[in-house]
Amino acid sequence: MSVTLNDYLVLSTIIFIIGLYGAMKRKNLLMLFFSTEIMLNAVNIGLAAISKFHGDLTGQMFAFFIIAIAASEVAVGLGLLILWYKRHHTIDLDSLQSMKG
Amino acid sequence: MFEVVAFYLFAFLTIAMFSVVVTTKNPLYALSSLAAGMIFISAFYFLLNAEFLGVVQIVVYTGAVMALYAFGMMFFDSLNDVKETVANPKAVFVLTGAVALLVVMIFAAPIVGNQLAYYPIHEGYGNIQEVGIVLFTKYLVPFEVAAVMLLVSMIGGIILAGKKMDISVTQMAEEEIDDNHRTDSEIAKDIK
Repeated sequence: MSVTLNDYLVLSTIIFIIGLYGAMKRKNLLMLFFSTEIMLNAVNIGLAAISKFHGDLTGQMFAFFIIAIAASEVAVGLGLLILWYKRHHTIDLDSLQSMKG
Repeated sequence: MFEVVAFYLFAFLTIAMFSVVVTTKNPLYALSSLAAGMIFISAFYFLLNAEFLGVVQIVVYTGAVMALYAFGMMFFDSLNDVKETVANPKAVFVLTGAVALLVVMIFAAPIVGNQLAYYPIHEGYGNIQEVGIVLFTKYLVPFEVAAVMLLVSMIGGIILAGKKMDISVTQMAEEEIDDNHRTDSEIAKDIK
């Protein structure tokens, strides 16, 4: 008995579903960022697992670049969130609605 | 056997931690359980012989990203006030399931495809040497572009968050703070 590629992909899918559920359900903008991090990590697990079981380093390279993109996303996103909070004193997702319809 | 036990243990722990993140009301609990989940995820990378990726995961996510979130959370004082109401809860479940299924199918494509490896893993080298060789030969241009992107996002973050950082609320009298707050809300009204 050993761990197969499918086990890793199932785990990756479960974590991705958790992140997606959080991104759709939560109204706190900070929680939206957390859910995005969870989804990016789920994809990274899948890429690393495929890299191991196929004997190919490309998956790990993609995981590195995803980590770099996640880090820069956090910097810009948190800057925008702080700016929004200074203007409107709320981080509720519904406060972003400006159009009536 | 050790690998199987470790996989299921860390799978359970990771899923438990991330479930706490998406369900808890308290953002501090969410932040700390997210940091714990990131460390547990690095265990999978060590199990998959991707040691460098595991170390980068710990350093970047729990070291840099979580610290950035912790600093960012100091700006938000009314974190518990956000009302968590979903207009249509059934749509959330259906859309989540449908999109996740689509992602599984996209990920399953390489298993069905079964092509040759572009950059095969050699026996005898360590993971770090191999990552270094591939990263600094085949992926040199994306690596440099990623460096420029990180620089741009750092400057962007400083400029976005750093406005009015020269005003220190702790060193002001009550009236000064009130005046400052009033002008702030007037500016916000003008923008609206």
